[in-house]
Amino acid sequence: MAMNLAEKILAKAAGRARVSPGEILTCCVDLAMIHDSGGPRRVGPILKRWDVGIFDPSRVVLISDHYVPAIDDETRRIADITRRFATEHKISNFHEAEGICHVVLPERGHLKPGMFAVGGDSHSPTGGAFGVYMFGIGATEMAGVLATGEIWVRVPQTIEISFDNAFGPGVVAKDVMLFLCGQLGMDGGRSEAVQFSGSAIRALSMQERMTLSNMTAELGGQVGLIEPDATTAAYIHAAGADAGPLDHWKSDADAVRAAHYTYDAAALAPHVAAPHSPANSAPIGDMDAVKIDVAYIGACTGAKLVDLRMAAEVLKGRKIASHVSLMVAPASRRDQDAAAREGTLQILVEAGAKLYPNACGICAGYGGTLDDDVTCLSSTARNFKGRMGAASSRVYLGSPYTVAASAVAGHIVDPRPMLAEGKRP
Amino acid sequence: MRGRAFVFGDGIDTDALAPGIFMKLPIAELARHCLESVDSTFVQNVKPGDILVGGLNFGVGSSREQAAEALKELGIACVIARSFGNIFYRNALNFGLPVLVCPTWSGIQNGDVLDVDPRSGLIENLAQKTGFSAQPLPDFLLEMIDNGGLVPHLEKRFARERQNMTGKTEP
Ligand code: SF4
Repeated sequence: MAMNLAEKILAKAAGRARVSPGEILTCCVDLAMIHDSGGPRRVGPILKRWDVGIFDPSRVVLISDHYVPAIDDETRRIADITRRFATEHKISNFHEAEGICHVVLPERGHLKPGMFAVGGDSHSPTGGAFGVYMFGIGATEMAGVLATGEIWVRVPQTIEISFDNAFGPGVVAKDVMLFLCGQLGMDGGRSEAVQFSGSAIRALSMQERMTLSNMTAELGGQVGLIEPDATTAAYIHAAGADAGPLDHWKSDADAVRAAHYTYDAAALAPHVAAPHSPANSAPIGDMDAVKIDVAYIGACTGAKLVDLRMAAEVLKGRKIASHVSLMVAPASRRDQDAAAREGTLQILVEAGAKLYPNACGICAGYGGTLDDDVTCLSSTARNFKGRMGAASSRVYLGSPYTVAASAVAGHIVDPRPMLAEGKRP
Repeated sequence: MRGRAFVFGDGIDTDALAPGIFMKLPIAELARHCLESVDSTFVQNVKPGDILVGGLNFGVGSSREQAAEALKELGIACVIARSFGNIFYRNALNFGLPVLVCPTWSGIQNGDVLDVDPRSGLIENLAQKTGFSAQPLPDFLLEMIDNGGLVPHLEKRFARERQNMTGKTEP
Protein backbone atom coordinates (compact mmCIF):
# COMPACT_ATOMS: atom_id res chain seq x y z
CA MET A 1 0.00 0.00 0.00
CA ALA A 2 1.33 3.42 -0.94
CA MET A 3 2.26 5.68 1.98
CA ASN A 4 3.13 9.33 2.46
CA LEU A 5 6.39 10.37 4.15
CA ALA A 6 4.56 11.17 7.41
CA GLU A 7 3.00 7.69 7.45
CA LYS A 8 6.34 6.00 6.72
CA ILE A 9 8.06 7.70 9.64
CA LEU A 10 5.18 6.95 12.02
CA ALA A 11 5.10 3.31 10.89
CA LYS A 12 8.79 2.98 11.73
CA ALA A 13 8.35 4.70 15.10
CA ALA A 14 5.43 2.41 15.98
CA GLY A 15 7.19 -0.74 14.76
CA ARG A 16 4.59 -1.38 12.10
CA ALA A 17 4.85 -2.27 8.41
CA ARG A 18 2.13 0.22 7.45
CA VAL A 19 -0.22 2.70 9.00
CA SER A 20 -3.08 4.78 7.65
CA PRO A 21 -4.54 8.19 8.50
CA GLY A 22 -6.89 8.22 11.51
CA GLU A 23 -5.19 5.35 13.34
CA ILE A 24 -3.88 6.07 16.81
CA LEU A 25 -0.42 4.67 17.50
CA THR A 26 2.06 4.54 20.33
CA CYS A 27 5.41 5.68 18.94
CA CYS A 28 8.96 5.41 20.29
CA VAL A 29 10.63 8.80 20.41
CA ASP A 30 14.06 9.06 18.75
CA LEU A 31 14.71 12.49 20.19
CA ALA A 32 13.12 14.93 22.64
CA MET A 33 14.17 18.58 22.66
CA ILE A 34 13.44 20.81 25.64
CA HIS A 35 14.39 24.39 26.47
CA ASP A 36 14.87 26.51 29.57
CA SER A 37 11.37 28.01 29.49
CA GLY A 38 9.08 24.98 29.11
CA GLY A 39 11.66 22.34 30.10
CA PRO A 40 13.29 21.56 33.46
CA ARG A 41 11.34 24.05 35.59
CA ARG A 42 8.04 22.58 34.38
CA VAL A 43 8.82 18.89 33.79
CA GLY A 44 11.19 18.55 36.77
CA PRO A 45 8.46 18.66 39.45
CA ILE A 46 6.34 16.09 37.55
CA LEU A 47 9.29 13.66 37.22
CA LYS A 48 9.91 14.14 40.97
CA ARG A 49 6.27 13.36 41.75
CA TRP A 50 6.60 10.16 39.71
CA ASP A 51 10.00 9.49 41.25
CA VAL A 52 11.48 8.47 37.89
CA GLY A 53 14.43 9.46 35.71
CA ILE A 54 14.76 10.04 31.98
CA PHE A 55 14.20 7.07 29.65
CA ASP A 56 17.43 7.64 27.71
CA PRO A 57 19.43 10.82 28.38
CA SER A 58 21.36 10.38 25.11
CA ARG A 59 18.09 11.00 23.24
CA VAL A 60 17.37 14.25 25.03
CA VAL A 61 18.70 17.63 23.91
CA LEU A 62 18.42 20.50 26.39
CA ILE A 63 18.93 24.05 25.15
CA SER A 64 18.97 27.29 27.14
CA ASP A 65 17.84 30.03 24.79
CA HIS A 66 14.72 31.79 26.07
CA TYR A 67 15.94 33.40 29.30
CA VAL A 68 19.42 34.05 27.90
CA PRO A 69 21.36 35.95 29.03
CA ALA A 70 20.05 35.96 32.60
CA ILE A 71 19.29 39.53 33.62
CA ASP A 72 17.68 39.29 37.05
CA ASP A 73 17.10 36.92 39.98
CA GLU A 74 14.24 35.09 38.29
CA THR A 75 16.15 34.37 35.07
CA ARG A 76 19.28 33.41 37.04
CA ARG A 77 17.13 30.97 38.99
CA ILE A 78 15.75 29.47 35.76
CA ALA A 79 19.29 29.12 34.33
CA ASP A 80 20.31 27.39 37.53
CA ILE A 81 17.38 24.95 37.53
CA THR A 82 18.20 24.12 33.90
CA ARG A 83 21.90 23.42 34.61
CA ARG A 84 21.12 21.30 37.66
CA PHE A 85 18.58 19.29 35.65
CA ALA A 86 21.26 18.57 33.00
CA THR A 87 23.69 17.36 35.67
CA GLU A 88 21.16 15.37 37.66
CA HIS A 89 19.82 13.55 34.60
CA LYS A 90 23.22 13.19 32.90
CA ILE A 91 22.10 15.04 29.76
CA SER A 92 25.32 15.58 27.83
CA ASN A 93 23.55 17.29 24.91
CA PHE A 94 23.16 20.50 26.86
CA HIS A 95 23.72 23.72 24.90
CA GLU A 96 23.63 26.92 26.91
CA ALA A 97 23.74 30.32 25.22
CA GLU A 98 24.78 28.70 21.92
CA GLY A 99 21.72 29.90 20.08
CA ILE A 100 18.02 29.23 19.55
CA CYS A 101 16.92 25.61 20.00
CA HIS A 102 15.42 25.04 16.54
CA VAL A 103 18.64 26.24 14.89
CA VAL A 104 21.15 24.65 17.28
CA LEU A 105 19.47 21.23 17.06
CA PRO A 106 20.30 20.53 13.39
CA GLU A 107 23.51 22.57 13.50
CA ARG A 108 24.91 20.04 16.02
CA GLY A 109 23.90 17.08 13.86
CA HIS A 110 21.05 15.93 16.09
CA LEU A 111 18.47 15.57 13.29
CA LYS A 112 18.47 12.83 10.64
CA PRO A 113 15.85 11.90 8.03
CA GLY A 114 13.24 9.41 9.20
CA MET A 115 13.52 10.30 12.88
CA PHE A 116 10.45 10.71 15.07
CA ALA A 117 10.95 13.60 17.49
CA VAL A 118 9.07 15.90 19.85
CA GLY A 119 9.95 19.34 21.16
CA GLY A 120 8.68 21.35 24.09
CA ASP A 121 8.08 24.34 21.83
CA SER A 122 5.47 25.18 19.22
CA HIS A 123 8.02 25.80 16.45
CA SER A 124 9.28 22.21 16.68
CA PRO A 125 7.98 21.45 13.15
CA THR A 126 11.26 23.11 12.03
CA GLY A 127 12.76 19.59 12.16
CA GLY A 128 10.53 18.68 9.19
CA ALA A 129 13.03 20.40 6.90
CA PHE A 130 15.29 17.39 7.53
CA GLY A 131 12.57 14.82 6.88
CA VAL A 132 12.08 14.45 10.65
CA TYR A 133 8.54 13.98 11.97
CA MET A 134 8.78 16.58 14.74
CA PHE A 135 6.05 18.48 16.55
CA GLY A 136 5.47 20.56 19.66
CA ILE A 137 3.84 19.29 22.86
CA GLY A 138 2.91 20.77 26.23
CA ALA A 139 5.04 20.41 29.37
CA THR A 140 2.83 17.75 30.98
CA GLU A 141 3.05 15.57 27.92
CA MET A 142 6.81 16.19 27.67
CA ALA A 143 7.22 14.86 31.20
CA GLY A 144 5.50 11.68 30.04
CA VAL A 145 7.83 11.39 27.05
CA LEU A 146 10.94 11.93 29.15
CA ALA A 147 9.81 9.25 31.59
CA THR A 148 8.67 6.61 29.10
CA GLY A 149 10.25 7.40 25.71
CA GLU A 150 6.82 7.00 24.16
CA ILE A 151 3.97 9.14 22.90
CA TRP A 152 0.70 8.48 21.12
CA VAL A 153 -0.03 9.98 17.70
CA ARG A 154 -3.09 10.02 15.48
CA VAL A 155 -1.78 9.37 11.98
CA PRO A 156 -2.48 12.60 10.08
CA GLN A 157 -3.57 13.00 6.51
CA THR A 158 -1.05 14.68 4.21
CA ILE A 159 -1.62 18.08 2.62
CA GLU A 160 0.88 18.73 -0.16
CA ILE A 161 1.90 22.28 -1.06
CA SER A 162 3.97 22.64 -4.24
CA PHE A 163 5.83 25.59 -5.70
CA ASP A 164 6.91 25.02 -9.29
CA ASN A 165 9.39 27.04 -11.35
CA ALA A 166 11.80 29.26 -9.42
CA PHE A 167 11.39 32.16 -6.97
CA GLY A 168 12.28 35.56 -8.36
CA PRO A 169 15.07 37.70 -6.85
CA GLY A 170 14.22 39.03 -3.39
CA VAL A 171 11.55 36.38 -2.79
CA VAL A 172 12.34 33.86 -0.08
CA ALA A 173 10.90 31.19 2.23
CA LYS A 174 9.50 33.80 4.61
CA ASP A 175 7.44 35.31 1.80
CA VAL A 176 6.15 31.85 0.93
CA MET A 177 4.87 31.28 4.47
CA LEU A 178 3.30 34.74 4.85
CA PHE A 179 1.60 34.16 1.49
CA LEU A 180 0.32 30.72 2.58
CA CYS A 181 -0.92 31.98 5.96
CA GLY A 182 -2.84 34.68 4.09
CA GLN A 183 -4.25 32.23 1.53
CA LEU A 184 -5.09 29.26 3.72
CA GLY A 185 -5.41 30.87 7.16
CA MET A 186 -3.81 29.83 10.41
CA ASP A 187 -5.75 26.57 10.39
CA GLY A 188 -4.91 25.83 6.75
CA GLY A 189 -2.81 22.88 7.90
CA ARG A 190 -5.83 21.44 9.79
CA SER A 191 -3.53 19.70 12.33
CA GLU A 192 -2.47 17.37 9.53
CA ALA A 193 0.94 16.71 7.97
CA VAL A 194 1.99 19.42 5.53
CA GLN A 195 4.51 18.41 2.89
CA PHE A 196 6.33 21.02 0.80
CA SER A 197 7.40 20.04 -2.70
CA GLY A 198 8.15 21.30 -6.20
CA SER A 199 11.20 22.55 -8.05
CA ALA A 200 11.35 25.89 -6.23
CA ILE A 201 11.38 24.13 -2.83
CA ARG A 202 14.04 21.63 -3.91
CA ALA A 203 16.28 24.54 -4.94
CA LEU A 204 16.22 26.04 -1.42
CA SER A 205 19.14 25.78 1.02
CA MET A 206 18.59 23.89 4.29
CA GLN A 207 18.23 27.04 6.37
CA GLU A 208 15.61 28.38 3.96
CA ARG A 209 13.76 25.06 4.13
CA MET A 210 13.87 25.38 7.94
CA THR A 211 12.00 28.68 7.67
CA LEU A 212 9.21 26.92 5.74
CA SER A 213 8.90 24.06 8.21
CA ASN A 214 9.20 26.44 11.17
CA MET A 215 6.18 28.48 10.11
CA THR A 216 4.10 25.36 9.53
CA ALA A 217 3.24 26.13 13.17
CA GLU A 218 1.54 29.36 11.99
CA LEU A 219 -0.15 27.43 9.19
CA GLY A 220 -1.68 25.02 11.73
CA GLY A 221 -0.02 21.82 10.51
CA GLN A 222 1.23 19.22 12.97
CA VAL A 223 4.43 18.77 10.96
CA GLY A 224 5.94 20.49 7.90
CA LEU A 225 7.91 17.89 6.00
CA ILE A 226 10.33 18.20 3.11
CA GLU A 227 11.70 15.06 1.45
CA PRO A 228 15.42 14.74 2.23
CA ASP A 229 17.82 14.94 -0.72
CA ALA A 230 21.48 15.67 -1.49
CA THR A 231 21.15 19.16 0.03
CA THR A 232 19.94 17.59 3.29
CA ALA A 233 22.71 14.99 3.32
CA ALA A 234 25.39 17.63 2.67
CA TYR A 235 24.17 19.81 5.56
CA ILE A 236 24.09 16.88 7.98
CA HIS A 237 27.55 15.79 6.84
CA ALA A 238 28.89 19.29 7.46
CA ALA A 239 27.32 19.12 10.95
CA GLY A 240 29.51 16.10 11.63
CA ALA A 241 26.86 13.41 11.33
CA ASP A 242 25.67 10.92 8.73
CA ALA A 243 22.23 11.29 7.13
CA GLY A 244 21.95 7.55 6.47
CA PRO A 245 20.03 6.13 3.51
CA LEU A 246 17.48 8.58 2.07
CA ASP A 247 15.61 6.57 -0.56
CA HIS A 248 12.83 5.34 1.71
CA TRP A 249 11.95 8.78 3.14
CA LYS A 250 9.74 10.01 0.31
CA SER A 251 6.00 10.00 -0.25
CA ASP A 252 4.97 7.32 -2.70
CA ALA A 253 3.66 8.95 -5.87
CA ASP A 254 0.31 7.19 -5.61
CA ALA A 255 -0.22 7.77 -1.87
CA VAL A 256 -3.44 9.65 -1.06
CA ARG A 257 -3.17 13.37 -0.18
CA ALA A 258 -6.04 15.13 1.61
CA ALA A 259 -5.36 18.21 -0.54
CA HIS A 260 -2.77 19.38 -3.02
CA TYR A 261 -2.16 23.10 -3.57
CA THR A 262 0.08 24.08 -6.48
CA TYR A 263 1.53 27.56 -6.95
CA ASP A 264 3.83 29.24 -9.45
CA ALA A 265 6.94 30.34 -7.55
CA ALA A 266 7.84 32.86 -10.25
CA ALA A 267 4.57 34.75 -9.66
CA LEU A 268 5.18 35.24 -5.90
CA ALA A 269 6.03 38.73 -4.62
CA PRO A 270 7.58 39.62 -1.25
CA HIS A 271 4.85 39.56 1.41
CA VAL A 272 4.28 41.48 4.62
CA ALA A 273 1.86 40.59 7.43
CA ALA A 274 0.20 43.49 9.24
CA PRO A 275 -0.70 43.44 12.97
CA HIS A 276 -1.81 41.20 14.66
CA SER A 277 -1.67 37.93 12.73
CA PRO A 278 0.62 36.21 10.22
CA ALA A 279 -2.55 35.49 8.23
CA ASN A 280 -3.09 39.24 7.85
CA SER A 281 -0.66 39.29 4.94
CA ALA A 282 -0.54 40.88 1.50
CA PRO A 283 1.90 41.33 -1.38
CA ILE A 284 4.25 44.20 -0.60
CA GLY A 285 2.81 46.23 -3.47
CA ASP A 286 -0.52 46.36 -1.63
CA MET A 287 1.05 47.59 1.60
CA ASP A 288 1.21 51.20 2.68
CA ALA A 289 4.65 52.72 3.29
CA VAL A 290 4.19 52.38 7.06
CA LYS A 291 6.84 54.30 9.00
CA ILE A 292 8.82 52.03 11.32
CA ASP A 293 10.74 52.67 14.56
CA VAL A 294 12.34 49.28 15.03
CA ALA A 295 13.62 46.78 12.45
CA TYR A 296 14.25 43.36 14.00
CA ILE A 297 16.30 40.59 12.42
CA GLY A 298 15.92 37.82 14.93
CA ALA A 299 14.48 34.45 15.99
CA CYS A 300 14.72 30.88 14.81
CA THR A 301 12.59 31.98 11.85
CA GLY A 302 14.60 34.96 10.66
CA ALA A 303 18.20 35.31 11.92
CA LYS A 304 20.07 32.27 10.65
CA LEU A 305 23.21 32.71 8.53
CA VAL A 306 21.12 32.83 5.32
CA ASP A 307 18.95 35.51 6.84
CA LEU A 308 21.94 37.60 7.94
CA ARG A 309 23.34 37.31 4.41
CA MET A 310 20.06 38.54 2.95
CA ALA A 311 20.14 41.58 5.21
CA ALA A 312 23.79 42.25 4.29
CA GLU A 313 23.03 42.00 0.57
CA VAL A 314 20.68 44.96 0.98
CA LEU A 315 22.72 46.89 3.55
CA LYS A 316 26.09 46.71 1.79
CA GLY A 317 27.25 50.31 1.30
CA ARG A 318 24.04 51.72 2.82
CA LYS A 319 23.06 53.28 6.15
CA ILE A 320 19.81 52.81 8.02
CA ALA A 321 17.47 55.77 8.43
CA SER A 322 18.32 57.90 11.46
CA HIS A 323 14.99 57.34 13.25
CA VAL A 324 15.16 53.54 12.92
CA SER A 325 16.83 51.19 15.34
CA LEU A 326 17.99 48.00 13.60
CA MET A 327 18.34 45.14 16.07
CA VAL A 328 20.12 41.97 14.96
CA ALA A 329 20.13 38.87 17.17
CA PRO A 330 21.90 36.11 15.18
CA ALA A 331 20.10 32.79 15.74
CA SER A 332 23.20 30.90 16.83
CA ARG A 333 26.76 31.57 17.93
CA ARG A 334 28.09 29.44 15.06
CA ASP A 335 26.06 31.40 12.52
CA GLN A 336 27.30 34.63 14.06
CA ASP A 337 30.93 33.42 13.92
CA ALA A 338 30.51 32.37 10.29
CA ALA A 339 28.93 35.73 9.48
CA ALA A 340 31.87 37.48 11.15
CA ARG A 341 34.46 35.43 9.24
CA GLU A 342 32.94 36.16 5.84
CA GLY A 343 32.34 39.86 6.54
CA THR A 344 28.56 39.71 6.64
CA LEU A 345 28.41 40.89 10.23
CA GLN A 346 30.63 43.92 9.56
CA ILE A 347 28.33 45.03 6.75
CA LEU A 348 25.37 44.95 9.15
CA VAL A 349 27.22 46.85 11.86
CA GLU A 350 28.58 49.46 9.44
CA ALA A 351 25.03 50.08 8.20
CA GLY A 352 24.03 50.89 11.80
CA ALA A 353 22.79 47.58 13.21
CA LYS A 354 23.15 46.81 16.92
CA LEU A 355 24.00 43.22 17.82
CA TYR A 356 22.10 41.28 20.49
CA PRO A 357 22.76 37.88 22.11
CA ASN A 358 22.21 34.60 20.25
CA ALA A 359 18.88 33.91 21.91
CA CYS A 360 15.12 34.34 21.55
CA GLY A 361 15.51 38.01 22.41
CA ILE A 362 12.43 40.17 21.93
CA CYS A 363 10.68 37.59 19.69
CA ALA A 364 8.35 36.62 22.53
CA GLY A 365 9.32 39.39 24.89
CA TYR A 366 11.93 37.36 26.80
CA GLY A 367 15.09 39.40 26.28
CA GLY A 368 13.61 42.89 26.30
CA THR A 369 10.36 44.20 24.86
CA LEU A 370 8.92 46.83 22.55
CA ASP A 371 7.72 50.02 24.19
CA ASP A 372 4.26 51.57 23.93
CA ASP A 373 3.14 52.59 20.44
CA VAL A 374 6.32 51.38 18.74
CA THR A 375 6.00 50.14 15.18
CA CYS A 376 8.30 47.24 14.38
CA LEU A 377 9.01 45.29 11.19
CA SER A 378 10.32 41.90 12.18
CA SER A 379 11.74 38.78 10.53
CA THR A 380 10.17 36.60 13.27
CA ALA A 381 7.19 34.25 12.87
CA ARG A 382 4.39 35.77 14.95
CA ASN A 383 2.94 39.21 15.47
CA PHE A 384 0.16 38.48 17.96
CA LYS A 385 -0.92 41.45 19.99
CA GLY A 386 1.49 42.12 22.84
CA ARG A 387 3.80 39.18 22.02
CA MET A 388 6.91 41.31 21.59
CA GLY A 389 6.03 43.88 24.24
CA ALA A 390 3.42 46.55 24.87
CA ALA A 391 -0.12 45.74 23.70
CA SER A 392 -0.06 49.08 21.88
CA SER A 393 3.03 48.13 19.83
CA ARG A 394 2.42 47.20 16.22
CA VAL A 395 4.43 44.37 14.66
CA TYR A 396 4.63 43.74 10.94
CA LEU A 397 6.32 40.61 9.59
CA GLY A 398 8.56 40.40 6.55
CA SER A 399 11.62 38.65 5.12
CA PRO A 400 15.14 39.70 6.16
CA TYR A 401 15.39 41.43 2.75
CA THR A 402 12.27 43.44 3.43
CA VAL A 403 13.28 44.27 7.01
CA ALA A 404 16.74 45.47 5.91
CA ALA A 405 15.46 47.56 3.00
CA SER A 406 12.76 49.11 5.18
CA ALA A 407 15.35 49.98 7.84
CA VAL A 408 17.19 51.98 5.17
CA ALA A 409 14.04 53.64 3.81
CA GLY A 410 12.60 54.28 7.27
CA HIS A 411 9.28 52.78 6.21
CA ILE A 412 8.04 49.49 4.76
CA VAL A 413 9.35 49.09 1.19
CA ASP A 414 9.77 46.46 -1.50
CA PRO A 415 13.42 45.31 -1.19
CA ARG A 416 13.78 44.42 -4.87
CA PRO A 417 14.80 47.84 -6.24
CA MET A 418 17.62 48.16 -3.67
CA LEU A 419 18.74 44.61 -4.42
CA ALA A 420 18.78 45.25 -8.16
CA GLU A 421 20.72 48.47 -7.64
CA GLY A 422 23.29 46.64 -5.51
CA LYS A 423 23.83 44.12 -8.31
CA ARG A 424 24.59 46.82 -10.89
CA PRO A 425 28.31 47.03 -11.69
CA MET B 1 -22.15 9.03 30.11
CA ARG B 2 -25.27 11.14 29.98
CA GLY B 3 -25.39 14.93 30.06
CA ARG B 4 -26.98 18.14 28.81
CA ALA B 5 -25.60 19.60 25.60
CA PHE B 6 -24.14 23.10 25.27
CA VAL B 7 -23.78 23.81 21.57
CA PHE B 8 -21.13 26.12 20.08
CA GLY B 9 -20.08 27.10 16.57
CA ASP B 10 -16.83 26.78 14.62
CA GLY B 11 -13.41 27.92 15.75
CA ILE B 12 -13.85 28.16 19.53
CA ASP B 13 -10.26 29.18 20.37
CA THR B 14 -8.02 28.84 23.40
CA ASP B 15 -8.52 32.53 24.17
CA ALA B 16 -12.26 31.95 24.49
CA LEU B 17 -11.67 28.90 26.71
CA ALA B 18 -8.89 30.41 28.85
CA PRO B 19 -8.82 34.19 28.23
CA GLY B 20 -5.26 35.53 28.18
CA ILE B 21 -5.97 38.37 30.60
CA PHE B 22 -7.05 35.91 33.32
CA MET B 23 -4.19 33.47 32.76
CA LYS B 24 -2.36 34.51 35.91
CA LEU B 25 -5.35 33.55 38.12
CA PRO B 26 -5.60 30.12 39.75
CA ILE B 27 -7.44 27.63 37.56
CA ALA B 28 -10.67 27.73 39.64
CA GLU B 29 -10.94 31.49 39.02
CA LEU B 30 -9.77 31.32 35.42
CA ALA B 31 -12.49 28.75 34.74
CA ARG B 32 -15.14 31.28 35.82
CA HIS B 33 -14.29 33.21 32.62
CA CYS B 34 -14.37 30.17 30.34
CA LEU B 35 -16.27 30.90 27.10
CA GLU B 36 -17.64 34.20 28.44
CA SER B 37 -16.68 36.02 25.25
CA VAL B 38 -18.97 33.67 23.29
CA ASP B 39 -21.75 33.04 25.83
CA SER B 40 -21.82 35.27 28.92
CA THR B 41 -24.24 32.97 30.78
CA PHE B 42 -22.37 29.72 30.13
CA VAL B 43 -20.50 29.52 33.42
CA GLN B 44 -23.65 30.23 35.45
CA ASN B 45 -25.63 27.57 33.63
CA VAL B 46 -23.13 24.78 33.24
CA LYS B 47 -23.18 21.86 35.71
CA PRO B 48 -20.80 18.97 36.25
CA GLY B 49 -21.63 16.22 33.78
CA ASP B 50 -22.66 18.56 30.97
CA ILE B 51 -21.37 17.99 27.45
CA LEU B 52 -19.95 20.55 25.02
CA VAL B 53 -20.75 20.23 21.34
CA GLY B 54 -18.65 22.26 18.91
CA GLY B 55 -18.03 22.81 15.23
CA LEU B 56 -14.75 22.89 13.32
CA ASN B 57 -11.35 23.46 14.92
CA PHE B 58 -12.49 23.45 18.55
CA GLY B 59 -9.58 24.61 20.75
CA VAL B 60 -7.57 26.20 17.94
CA GLY B 61 -4.86 28.61 19.03
CA SER B 62 -2.11 28.55 21.60
CA SER B 63 -0.60 25.60 23.41
CA ARG B 64 -1.88 26.75 26.84
CA GLU B 65 -2.90 23.69 28.81
CA GLN B 66 -5.37 25.77 30.85
CA ALA B 67 -7.87 25.76 27.96
CA ALA B 68 -8.55 22.09 28.63
CA GLU B 69 -7.98 22.36 32.36
CA ALA B 70 -10.71 25.03 32.68
CA LEU B 71 -13.31 22.72 31.09
CA LYS B 72 -12.23 19.91 33.39
CA GLU B 73 -12.49 22.31 36.34
CA LEU B 74 -16.11 23.12 35.39
CA GLY B 75 -16.90 19.42 35.37
CA ILE B 76 -17.50 19.09 31.64
CA ALA B 77 -17.90 15.36 30.99
CA CYS B 78 -16.85 15.37 27.37
CA VAL B 79 -16.42 17.52 24.27
CA ILE B 80 -17.80 16.52 20.88
CA ALA B 81 -16.70 18.54 17.85
CA ARG B 82 -16.42 18.21 14.08
CA SER B 83 -12.65 18.72 14.46
CA PHE B 84 -10.17 19.93 17.08
CA GLY B 85 -7.07 22.10 17.25
CA ASN B 86 -4.21 19.63 17.53
CA ILE B 87 -2.53 20.77 20.72
CA PHE B 88 -5.84 21.31 22.54
CA TYR B 89 -6.96 17.81 21.58
CA ARG B 90 -3.84 16.30 23.15
CA ASN B 91 -3.96 18.56 26.21
CA ALA B 92 -7.62 17.66 26.87
CA LEU B 93 -6.90 13.94 26.91
CA ASN B 94 -3.84 14.55 29.08
CA PHE B 95 -6.09 16.28 31.62
CA GLY B 96 -8.54 13.36 31.55
CA LEU B 97 -11.21 15.10 29.45
CA PRO B 98 -12.69 12.85 26.73
CA VAL B 99 -12.79 14.57 23.32
CA LEU B 100 -14.64 12.96 20.44
CA VAL B 101 -14.25 13.80 16.76
CA CYS B 102 -17.67 13.61 15.09
CA PRO B 103 -17.77 15.43 11.73
CA THR B 104 -21.38 14.40 11.07
CA TRP B 105 -23.44 15.53 14.07
CA SER B 106 -26.47 17.67 13.27
CA GLY B 107 -29.53 19.16 14.89
CA ILE B 108 -28.29 19.02 18.50
CA GLN B 109 -29.90 21.86 20.48
CA ASN B 110 -28.85 23.50 23.72
CA GLY B 111 -30.22 21.46 26.59
CA ASP B 112 -30.75 18.20 24.64
CA VAL B 113 -29.74 15.24 26.76
CA LEU B 114 -27.03 13.17 25.07
CA ASP B 115 -25.91 9.66 25.84
CA VAL B 116 -22.28 9.24 24.83
CA ASP B 117 -20.10 6.15 24.79
CA PRO B 118 -16.47 7.12 24.13
CA ARG B 119 -15.55 3.44 23.77
CA SER B 120 -17.85 2.80 20.81
CA GLY B 121 -18.07 6.42 19.68
CA LEU B 122 -21.88 6.28 19.69
CA ILE B 123 -23.73 9.50 20.48
CA GLU B 124 -27.45 9.32 21.12
CA ASN B 125 -29.59 12.44 21.29
CA LEU B 126 -32.35 11.32 23.68
CA ALA B 127 -34.34 14.53 23.19
CA GLN B 128 -34.61 14.19 19.42
CA LYS B 129 -34.17 10.44 19.05
CA THR B 130 -31.25 10.79 16.69
CA GLY B 131 -27.85 9.14 16.73
CA PHE B 132 -24.35 9.82 15.40
CA SER B 133 -21.05 8.04 15.46
CA ALA B 134 -17.78 9.60 16.47
CA GLN B 135 -14.32 8.08 16.14
CA PRO B 136 -14.05 5.79 19.18
CA LEU B 137 -11.20 6.43 21.63
CA PRO B 138 -8.73 3.55 21.90
CA ASP B 139 -8.55 1.58 25.16
CA PHE B 140 -5.26 3.03 26.35
CA LEU B 141 -6.58 6.59 26.16
CA LEU B 142 -9.81 5.58 27.92
CA GLU B 143 -7.71 4.05 30.68
CA MET B 144 -5.72 7.29 30.98
CA ILE B 145 -8.96 9.29 31.16
CA ASP B 146 -10.38 6.94 33.81
CA ASN B 147 -7.24 7.49 35.86
CA GLY B 148 -7.78 11.26 35.70
CA GLY B 149 -5.23 12.17 33.02
CA LEU B 150 -1.59 11.61 32.16
CA VAL B 151 0.04 12.56 35.48
CA PRO B 152 -2.03 10.28 37.77
CA HIS B 153 -2.10 7.61 35.04
CA LEU B 154 1.67 7.35 34.79
CA GLU B 155 2.00 7.69 38.55
CA LYS B 156 -0.05 4.50 38.85
CA ARG B 157 1.96 2.75 36.16
CA PHE B 158 5.31 3.59 37.74
CA ALA B 159 4.11 2.52 41.19
CA ARG B 160 3.02 -0.80 39.71
CA GLU B 161 6.36 -1.25 37.94
CA ARG B 162 8.24 -0.51 41.14
CA GLN B 163 6.16 -3.02 43.03
CA ASN B 164 6.91 -5.66 40.43
CA MET B 165 10.61 -4.85 40.62
CA THR B 166 10.70 -5.39 44.36
CA GLY B 167 9.20 -8.83 43.83
CA LYS B 168 5.76 -8.13 45.22
CA THR B 169 2.93 -9.18 42.97
CA GLU B 170 0.06 -6.98 41.98
CA PRO B 171 -3.16 -7.41 43.93
S1 SF4 C 1 13.03 32.67 18.61
FE1 SF4 C 1 10.88 33.13 19.01
S2 SF4 C 1 9.72 31.61 17.82
FE2 SF4 C 1 11.85 30.88 17.97
S3 SF4 C 1 11.89 29.52 19.77
FE3 SF4 C 1 12.47 31.58 20.47
S4 SF4 C 1 10.56 32.54 21.19
FE4 SF4 C 1 9.99 30.77 19.90
